[in-house]
Amino acid sequence: MKYNWVVYTLLLVLFSQVLTAQENVSGTVLTGDNKKNSMPLEGANVYWMNSQIGTITKEDGSFTIQYDQAYSSLIISFVGFRSDTLKITKPGTITHRLQPSNELDAVEVVKKRDALQKTFFSTQNVVTINSAELLKAACCNLSESFETNPAIDVNFSDALTGTKQIQMLGLTSPYLLITQENIPMVRGASQAYGLTFTPGTWIESIQITKGAGSVINGYESISGQINTELVKPLTDPVLFVNGYANRNGRLELNTHLNQKLSDKWSTGLYLHGNKRDTKVDDNGDGFLDAPLADQINILNRWQYQDAEKGWVSFINLRFLKDEKQVGQTNFDPDTDRFTTNVWGSEIDTKRFDTSIKLGYVFPALPFQSLGFQVAFSNHQQESYFGLNRYDIDHESGYVNFIFNSILGNTQHKFKTGLNASYDGYTENVNQQIFGRSDRSLGSFFEYSYDDLEKVSLTAGIRVDAHNRLGTFITPRFHLRYAPWERASFRTSFGRGRRAANIFAENQQLFATARQIQLLNTNGDVYGFEPEDAWNYGISLLQGFTIAERSGNISIDFYRTTFRNQVVVDWENPLEISFSNLDGKSYANSFQFEFNYTLLRNLDLRTAYKYYEVKTQYQSGLLQKPLLPRHRFFTNLGYVSTPNEKGAQWRFDYTLHTVGSQRLPSTAASPAEFQLPAFSDSYNLMNTQIARVFSRQWELYVGLENITNFTQEDPIVSATDPFGAYFDTSIVFAPIMGRMYYAGFRFTVL
Amino acid sequence: MKKFVIGLMLCFISTVSFAQEKNKKVAFEVDGICEMCKMRIEKAALGVKGVKYAVWDIPSHQLSLIIDERKTDPMIIKTALVEVGHDTKELKATEEAYLKVHPCCRYRDSTVVKDMH
Repeated sequence: MKYNWVVYTLLLVLFSQVLTAQENVSGTVLTGDNKKNSMPLEGANVYWMNSQIGTITKEDGSFTIQYDQAYSSLIISFVGFRSDTLKITKPGTITHRLQPSNELDAVEVVKKRDALQKTFFSTQNVVTINSAELLKAACCNLSESFETNPAIDVNFSDALTGTKQIQMLGLTSPYLLITQENIPMVRGASQAYGLTFTPGTWIESIQITKGAGSVINGYESISGQINTELVKPLTDPVLFVNGYANRNGRLELNTHLNQKLSDKWSTGLYLHGNKRDTKVDDNGDGFLDAPLADQINILNRWQYQDAEKGWVSFINLRFLKDEKQVGQTNFDPDTDRFTTNVWGSEIDTKRFDTSIKLGYVFPALPFQSLGFQVAFSNHQQESYFGLNRYDIDHESGYVNFIFNSILGNTQHKFKTGLNASYDGYTENVNQQIFGRSDRSLGSFFEYSYDDLEKVSLTAGIRVDAHNRLGTFITPRFHLRYAPWERASFRTSFGRGRRAANIFAENQQLFATARQIQLLNTNGDVYGFEPEDAWNYGISLLQGFTIAERSGNISIDFYRTTFRNQVVVDWENPLEISFSNLDGKSYANSFQFEFNYTLLRNLDLRTAYKYYEVKTQYQSGLLQKPLLPRHRFFTNLGYVSTPNEKGAQWRFDYTLHTVGSQRLPSTAASPAEFQLPAFSDSYNLMNTQIARVFSRQWELYVGLENITNFTQEDPIVSATDPFGAYFDTSIVFAPIMGRMYYAGFRFTVL
Repeated sequence: MKKFVIGLMLCFISTVSFAQEKNKKVAFEVDGICEMCKMRIEKAALGVKGVKYAVWDIPSHQLSLIIDERKTDPMIIKTALVEVGHDTKELKATEEAYLKVHPCCRYRDSTVVKDMH
């Protein structure tokens, strides 16, 4: 029995020698429809139908296959070409031309890649937003790229800057790890406005991971991770220009220039500028509805690729200058700055980033690789809000080394490595200087198992030594189980820990008259203890096909519990207080999502979300202010089938229903400054139409906030901005009413 | 003299062990049709001790492997593939094993193959 296969082999060797003695069919496989444009096709499959006998064409398109009377149909196939079946009744020589698959097939292939992809196979709950989806958000930067995606909620941070704040699982962006090509990006000083510093056209795709993330990028993520991949010089068009203008005088211009310098080197220069110099005050409260703004943002990327030797490298340099002016419409910075004549504010940011990534894949071992990343950034913000002053300098360094390989075979993979980070902060808060430097060194190990069928899991652990957070362990675990076809059941848990940058993360407090209170200050970060939380989640994703159209349903539930949190208490209208958590703080989130292709080319995406986010404040265990309990979302997208020139239409419609939100208590204010305990629920609708004329030209127009819903009197005490009750932070609905915009995209491939 | 012989033998042994590569690339054809076959084939190949990496390409039917030659050889892998119902050039699956594959993976049936092309 043991030597059976030896006997088999011997027999087969003998048998095959008998076979070679037989006659053959030989020939050549070409492309093209005539002799002039024909090219030999290498790698085409040639095989006898119903047999195990087959071969692959050589470099010159030639092949030789054994002839056997038992078979008469010879199949020739190649990806991207129509397969042909030839009737062969005797040995001989043939020449055959394969025809490319027709347009219809090509479109079907494109259709399979949805603009928003849910993964069935990853152990983590990941949604990928690709460039097609990003086009739906015509404007203008990363913070505005999530409007058509239910995983992320977009809120308003204040009544002045128009900055959008993102939330996942009911927690605001400081609890998310936001990375750019896996390098931590929007953190520290850039927490408030950082998302607006990545222009939309620079983004190739976004990966959103709900719940505990991977241990590789650090210990900071608590409720999820958002990673953006930028466009790459090698694959981005040679020239791309995008212009945008809207009714409120916002102008944006994006230019991409890419060049292939050699077989291995490519470079890209990406320029972004935006400007708004029109003063708009539609609600008549005497304050600008949107800031006067000016931004220049320049990115230069270098890409090195040597596929043979297995090296890949990216070098990035980025410079940003952003200026905003907000406040009363008649504010003139030159004469009114730091006076009580007129209330105004300026926020000036300069930022420099550089990073180098180096990747090496062992040429003989595709499963083994090394990665090295080093990044440095310098962020300087100088700003004042009325009489309040806030400046922050943040210098950051990050080094990451990672090694990927297998244990035995590719079913058992691991990633291990080291990272080190440095953050130096200097803050000026109304002439009080806060300085600190944070240093950490950590190592991680992540094991993943895949049975290639039903079960896969990822288990990671990291140990970090941090000069303020101490030495601590961060475990993260993800499991996927496919109980039946087209289903994925997932569960995860993990820990996250971070130092809260209380001022940078809550900058809206400066545009209020509130007094800042720092309570129980014995810790290491502004006197507070590090934030520490556990996240647990379960989700089920089920794909289906009804009436030949596919869709999916997903349900997920996540819970985050804080062991410590720096609680930001807005419940007293005269102050904002920060304290260590004393009691409970948790966030429960539930989401039901349904996606279906209603008609050919027409996709429906709809979701319901429920949040229960409660924290022990001084006045009790309360739902987090300005966070709706219920949210409903619908998106309808239509994309016509492109013709041979690439011309097509795209229509998109989004509805957000935002439930009632608890407002911070104003019970202690005089009657004229009191707000209701809860806001009303409202609907927000956006639509966009894009006309693609050719592969080069595209025009789009859109309408935001179709029903013209705005918050009445978004600023408390707008008539007395230097009074004790002035507050611009209680914003639960848009400030801007109905707004139309138009733009173009020009591409040279 | 004795030492010389031992030395020679050691040389011989070491070349033999060198010839047995730890990361040997091997590729051969395995019959199948679709994604499901791909999973079945790769899983069967990786189930063999000493197989580190296995990727089956649907259009070309090529199974690319990286194996530890000290622990396995292509015939052992082919035996494993035949057991889950996939034919190779040298070894054919038994009718019993073949019929265990999902009906849409019946690569010997011309109507099924046609549907896929």
